[in-house]
Amino acid sequence: MVELNLEHIYKKYDNADDYSVTDFSLDIKDKEFVVFVGPSGCGKSTTIRMIAGLEDITEGDLLIDGKVVNDELPKNRDIAMVFQNYALYPHMSVYDNMSFGLKLRKYSKEDIDERVHNAARIIGLEEYLDRKPAALSGGQRQRVALGRAIVRDAPIFLMDEPLSNLDAKLRVSMRAEIAKLHRRLQTTTIYVTHDQTEAMTMADRIVIMKDGKIQQVGTPQEVYDNPANLFVGSFIGSPAMNFFDVTLQNNRILDRKNNFSLEVPEGCLKVLQSKGYAGKRLKLGIRPEDIHTENTFIKVFPNATIKTTVNVSELLGAESQLYCKVGDQEFIAKVNSRDHIQPGAELIVGLDLNKGHFFDPETELTIY
Amino acid sequence: MSNSLLKSQQNSRFIVSVILAVFGFIMILPFLWMFLSSFKTNAEIVQNTRSFFPKQWTLENYRNLFHSGFTLYLRNTLIITFFSFVGMLFNAMAGYGFAKFKFKGRGVLFIMVLATMMIPGQVTMIPVYLILNQMHLTNTLTGIILPGLVGAFSIFLFRQFISNISDSILEAARLDGASEWYMFWHIILPISKPVLAVQGILTFIGGWNAFLWPLILANDEKYYTLSVGLQLLQGQHTTDYGIQMAGSSFMVIPIIIIFVIFQKYILQGFNIQGDK
Ligand SMILES: Nc1ncnc2c1ncn2[C@@H]1O[C@H](COP(=O)(O)OP(=O)(O)OP(=O)(O)O)[C@@H](O)[C@H]1O
Ligand SMILES: [Mg+2]
Repeated sequence: MVELNLEHIYKKYDNADDYSVTDFSLDIKDKEFVVFVGPSGCGKSTTIRMIAGLEDITEGDLLIDGKVVNDELPKNRDIAMVFQNYALYPHMSVYDNMSFGLKLRKYSKEDIDERVHNAARIIGLEEYLDRKPAALSGGQRQRVALGRAIVRDAPIFLMDEPLSNLDAKLRVSMRAEIAKLHRRLQTTTIYVTHDQTEAMTMADRIVIMKDGKIQQVGTPQEVYDNPANLFVGSFIGSPAMNFFDVTLQNNRILDRKNNFSLEVPEGCLKVLQSKGYAGKRLKLGIRPEDIHTENTFIKVFPNATIKTTVNVSELLGAESQLYCKVGDQEFIAKVNSRDHIQPGAELIVGLDLNKGHFFDPETELTIY
Repeated sequence: MSNSLLKSQQNSRFIVSVILAVFGFIMILPFLWMFLSSFKTNAEIVQNTRSFFPKQWTLENYRNLFHSGFTLYLRNTLIITFFSFVGMLFNAMAGYGFAKFKFKGRGVLFIMVLATMMIPGQVTMIPVYLILNQMHLTNTLTGIILPGLVGAFSIFLFRQFISNISDSILEAARLDGASEWYMFWHIILPISKPVLAVQGILTFIGGWNAFLWPLILANDEKYYTLSVGLQLLQGQHTTDYGIQMAGSSFMVIPIIIIFVIFQKYILQGFNIQGDK
């Protein structure tokens, strides 16, 4: 059982003018797989390194099992970490790499041997125990790094972009392996990535960060369906959410250049009006898969359609991505391949505004 | 066509080999002659009809050599060499400090270390002598050893190499529970093996050949080193070439052996890169 509480944590590097992490608060439950995701430089590594004890915490408290550990040395926090560049000891065999921490913690020889072999079996590297890291492939090295974390039997795993040095295909398979490993070992894990797909597929809960601040915390489903603000909406999901600058007039939203006008569904309209956005400007966000080309949709919602030109269309197998343009506004629609459209064609698409998101253009917070 | 290209390559390679072999032979000839002469009797050396190989092999010269105080010089030299190696470890620690620890004044301090490389040893010799004199360390082994314990170039080399070791390796070790001391011995030093080899050889050669400084500092014959002693042989035994040859051979052979064993590292020498 382990519980991790981050309470209003701030970080300012000695040589920096600004805070790299601001007011970071999060409670991590036992056995949880939490993923920190965000663009480069948003403070993910800084946060995870503060948890490991590799960086000082400028302000705030870090609690492990209810005890403040701000001033504990890394080795006393009983945390295992996997680094982006593997950080294997280059002069030691795989076996010695994995047993290094155990030896330091004075485990008996037999115990070490058993643990190392056990871990090697889990990560599938039993035949490689005598090799030096230089004689392993990238994927194998990353496995050794995982193995080194596993043998310790530490209650907390930290992983800082462990897959970003691997090629795309290996990344996908290692992703599945790490997820499987977590199901098997049930170790509380904090995983850092800048890849939203990794975050979505692996996480129990996602923490989305930007500029050192938490933007939203939630399950993958929650952050996908109900983004807290425009940034989360644009960051999560691939291809990214489309955004339109619109003005709310009566029960319709108008494009600023009058290229289209859409009827707002009743429930949504009530919320927007009650929050005082009548006649005001809004940002409409709509995901590519909520833009439809099927005739049935267009017939049922004739007031939710836009006339566009298709610039590029990519056939991805079962689905096609249409890169469309209305006025000077570009957007992407993800449609069934049966509705595949040739580039250059004019097309009427329907926007499912029930699934749309409205953001305040100033604060960028979600209104509806 | 590729066949003829291959042939011409082979040809030029052959020619280069021959030239190098000839020069190599010319270079090694005096050493060989010296070594062989150390087994000749003195009479044979001064004979008018010079011979390359000894007519009669004798160990007399070596016997004389070690009766003339060389055992003592050897002991001193070994002590000095040993402490040069201790010094090398200090240099490695200093290099580690400069490479991986952030502290106030690190940059300035490192530049000062580098700056000492620009001052020739001869310039500092007298001031250092005066300092040691005030510390009453002239004419002691401590005095001979002390100034040689640190070397700017060695620190520089270690720092460069250790800078290339990824920080996350050290962080991983820290999380694994290693102390800084343990990390130095079990991570930093083993990874720095290439620098250690180069520095080790240079250190050995430096210690083994130590001449000027011991000569200046030691008044007493009991602190003389091999090379100082060797120079003495020339004065004391003006006509005894045999013992001089034996002394020179005794000094040169270990270095040649070490060089042959470690030449791979010496050639890598100043072109080292760390494991990333
Ligand atoms: N040692 C340091 N000294 C000063 N500033 C730093 C230091 N390390 C990071 N920063 C700054 O802190 C901010 C957060 O950096 P951090 O490494 O945590 O980002 P990240 O989210 O991990 O990014 P990436 O995805 O690129 O790894 C950045 O603006 C960075 O410039
Ligand atoms: Mg990072």
